Amino acid sequence: MARYIPNTNEQQVEMLHAIGVKNIEQLFDIIPKAVKFNGLLNIPGGLTEMEIIKYFSSLANLNKTTDDYICFLGAGAYDHYVPSVIDHMLSRQEFYTSYTPYQPEISQGMLQAIFEYQTMICQLTSMDACNASMYDGPTALAEACVMAYSTQKRKNKILLLDSIHPEAKQVVSTYLQYRDVDIVQTTLETLVDDIDENTACLCVQTPNYYGQVEKLKELGEAIHKVKGLLVVYTDPISLGILQPPGDFGADIVVGEGQVLGNPLAYGGPYLGFFAVTGKLVRKMPGRIVGQTVDTEGKRAFVLTLQAREQHIRREKATSNICSNQSLNALAATIYLSVIGKKGIKDIAKRCLVNAHYTYEQLIDTGLFEKVSDKPFFKEFVVKCKANVSKINDHLIENGFLGGYDLGDGLWLVAVTEKRTKEEIDLFVKVAGEVV
Amino acid sequence: MNLVPGLLYSKEHEWVKVEGNDAYVGITNYAQLQLGDIVYVEIPEVDDNIKKGEVLCTVESVKTAADVFSPLSGIITKVNEELDDEPEKVNEQPYEAWLAVITMSDLTQLDELLDEKAYAKYCEEEE
Amino acid sequence: MKKLIFEISQPGRSAFSLPPTLIKEQPLENYLPKELIRKESAPLPEVSEVDVIRHFTHLSQRNFGVDQGFYPLGSCTMKYNPKINEDIARLNGFVNVHPYQPYNTTQGALKALYHLELLLCEITGMDQMTLQPAAGAHGEMAGLMMIKAYHEAKSDHKRTKIICPDSAHGTNPASAAISGFDVVTVHSNDKGLVDINDLKELMDDQVAGLMLTNPNTLGLFEEEIMEIATIVHEKGGLLYYDGANANAILGKVRPGDMGFDVVHLNLHKTFSTPHGGGGPGSGPVGVKKELIPYLPIPIVKENNNEFYLSYNHPLTIGKIRSFYGNFSVLIKAYAYILTMGNKGLKEVSENAVLNANYVMSQIKDDFIVPFGTSCMHEFVLSGQLQKEKGASTLDMAKRLLDYGYHPPTIYFPLIVKEAMMIEPTETEGKETLDEFIKVMKDIVAEVDKNQSLVHNAPHTTVVKRLDEVMAARKPIVKYTP
Repeated sequence: MARYIPNTNEQQVEMLHAIGVKNIEQLFDIIPKAVKFNGLLNIPGGLTEMEIIKYFSSLANLNKTTDDYICFLGAGAYDHYVPSVIDHMLSRQEFYTSYTPYQPEISQGMLQAIFEYQTMICQLTSMDACNASMYDGPTALAEACVMAYSTQKRKNKILLLDSIHPEAKQVVSTYLQYRDVDIVQTTLETLVDDIDENTACLCVQTPNYYGQVEKLKELGEAIHKVKGLLVVYTDPISLGILQPPGDFGADIVVGEGQVLGNPLAYGGPYLGFFAVTGKLVRKMPGRIVGQTVDTEGKRAFVLTLQAREQHIRREKATSNICSNQSLNALAATIYLSVIGKKGIKDIAKRCLVNAHYTYEQLIDTGLFEKVSDKPFFKEFVVKCKANVSKINDHLIENGFLGGYDLGDGLWLVAVTEKRTKEEIDLFVKVAGEVV
Repeated sequence: MNLVPGLLYSKEHEWVKVEGNDAYVGITNYAQLQLGDIVYVEIPEVDDNIKKGEVLCTVESVKTAADVFSPLSGIITKVNEELDDEPEKVNEQPYEAWLAVITMSDLTQLDELLDEKAYAKYCEEEE
Repeated sequence: MKKLIFEISQPGRSAFSLPPTLIKEQPLENYLPKELIRKESAPLPEVSEVDVIRHFTHLSQRNFGVDQGFYPLGSCTMKYNPKINEDIARLNGFVNVHPYQPYNTTQGALKALYHLELLLCEITGMDQMTLQPAAGAHGEMAGLMMIKAYHEAKSDHKRTKIICPDSAHGTNPASAAISGFDVVTVHSNDKGLVDINDLKELMDDQVAGLMLTNPNTLGLFEEEIMEIATIVHEKGGLLYYDGANANAILGKVRPGDMGFDVVHLNLHKTFSTPHGGGGPGSGPVGVKKELIPYLPIPIVKENNNEFYLSYNHPLTIGKIRSFYGNFSVLIKAYAYILTMGNKGLKEVSENAVLNANYVMSQIKDDFIVPFGTSCMHEFVLSGQLQKEKGASTLDMAKRLLDYGYHPPTIYFPLIVKEAMMIEPTETEGKETLDEFIKVMKDIVAEVDKNQSLVHNAPHTTVVKRLDEVMAARKPIVKYTP
């Protein structure tokens, strides 16, 4: 018997006897003969633990990592430091092997952690309420658009600023492709003309795909004039130093939470966060933890406002989401506890300073040109005189992961708090070697 | 069966109180008992044009959400915003806790509603 | 009462510091316009590392996981999560890889994804897979959108409806709605199976497809599946398989052979990846060849043993999430399949079904069994007998907590009154099942003899039953000092 299956042959016989059948096969007699699968699946026989670890180590060794290369690549996933504490806590079986906390009496740990997570996201974004997590940043943005569209009966237009991450824009289009809604891409210049009474929401990313910080105040005023919603897609690390979207009139704030203590992991699992103003809390997708008391008056936590959700409202639910990214949200909670009130400012500032230093050094070589004067946070675009893919290839050969190739000679470079002056100087030197 | 004389009732368990062209609409005691503790009433929007049979609003308890179907056609001219803060009023005084006032566009629809005796009988059959 | 992390915060305390830098740091105003700079710090906690560790350790002690005890939560497949898979997913070569790295630096990751897709195709009998969906419901959305795209590509624009059984998981109708469909419900017959006549009546040229889980949520195999498939296909509809209950059929019958056109799997159920307290999951979707053009992008491809991602697929439903899926979850599932192998996977479904039937046979006389005399990997009881005596299914579920068990899924499926849905999984041995059977009988006896014990349960947990009405009426969803 396979090693995760404890029944012995003797026990199986006893059980079959108790059930009143002759053999296990009889329990499957209900399956029509015409479709029954006979024989063995065409997949390998089972491997022992020794073989498994050997095989996967060999696979893992085929990948290069951010330990092999000094990472200046971002574009939506970032090489921030993940404190050791986090994985120690995530590895506690009580957390990672538990189910969704539907039985609150034996799930207070996860429920309280999510309540703390919701609080921290609200603190960072300056919003009133936050759900327990979405799959990732782009799907959180898509759900925000779905929410803006489906809660405002007469509005069927969604405006996306073109400086939003292209993958996030694509996900929004996918989610809404079979609804009666127009998705319109706009720019800061054209948006005044594009906003009209039909506009359900205006979506803006800040810092945007190119790392630039947008001015939200005017955008909020413009969309609120037609009673639409301002949806802001943001980087939570940036909120250590940037004025939070909630202070500029954002109605929904979403974003990619990977940066909060989750490793790159080749793209997932990450988490999307989703925060709203108080009056929108009952329209939110996803699970929400609320505070209450038990029969003895003790403070306790429970999944609440469940009448919005698929297991109760079925086709009328605010979203179909069920499983979310709880453990990643727990990682974010532990991360924000570890770095704390001061750490988030320090990390954000270090990113800012490092990125600006890198930018200036690159410009100083004379081989890279400015493309914008807009303020930026931890990521920026330069125009390369040399071929971008050649630069990136040369960097790889010298132990660096270069920036993201945007095409047309444009290069998107990300610099986190992990980078040192020495690393940056060398990166600039190597990048400048390509002509 | 706790009913109020003078009101009209729908088979969807709403009550209607007529004042001229205006109709106050709420859910019956039977309906609130079926739902249990009501935690939220999604208040309809004033000025909305509504047709009989369309969803007027939604009433939520912890484990269910029930659509309230409009028993009449017309324009929603008033909503009971008190229920936003005190949804429990629907449990406590179902015949006071009106949800909306509909200015009726078709008074003949009133003829299709039940009086309290007919409604009481209908509820008995439902049980 | 357990304090919140904010309540143990001490001004000036910290668990983190940055290394010194040689770059000269200027004031923020030199980098950013003043009006964009945060004026008030976010009031995050100020705690030491020991505070963090104690706090979250204490929280974990207020949570119940599979490693602690039996978790017979129906339709959730709470099986044991192998430890080696956790180690593997944490290998540096999987953890510290950026999703936009050049392909020649990510061959191991791409190879794993490619092979996993092939294995899942073989297991389900489908022609191609996407590993991208982050969860079952996400997979449902992707699958239903592919069904929509398939009909649209044939200029068949009138198919606006999806049929779901009344016993379906809530995600089915919800996913259909968010994919732009209207939902039609097909009723169950007195055997708890899809009512064929009802289906025939509903099935017309406006129906895009039928969503089905087989075995269904009552733990019963839809024995007329071939006829169901014919009814749907003859009218031009497609068949969608909700893989939530796939643990019952591994190596025994394949959705592809039963006539399903689209299948999603829940790797966090059938393939042993942990539920993580609610996620992350993973919901790969497999399709028959007619639907391959509509798969979400990117698609993992191989050329001369070199692996890469392909984006150029004009008929694709598009991108459904960032990057390529919940990668480390996929790695765990891949390791699980290779560990079990073809024989082991068969033993999984055999023992899952054996265990469920064994528990059912031992407690069926103590409860009402609304449908069937045997089951697949799970079964549904009704607590009506006990309810009539004054103890509800909720009461009995809460009493199970006192005995150290996670309760079964309760009040689902909706078509059974006082429902209790029990799924033991194959990773429990007979002794564990025997103890659980005894406890269930003890609780039934308590309902007769000592009902207040059941009514007021749980007694041993860190909190007692909660006031859910208060939580929902005046929601407090964040801490305010």
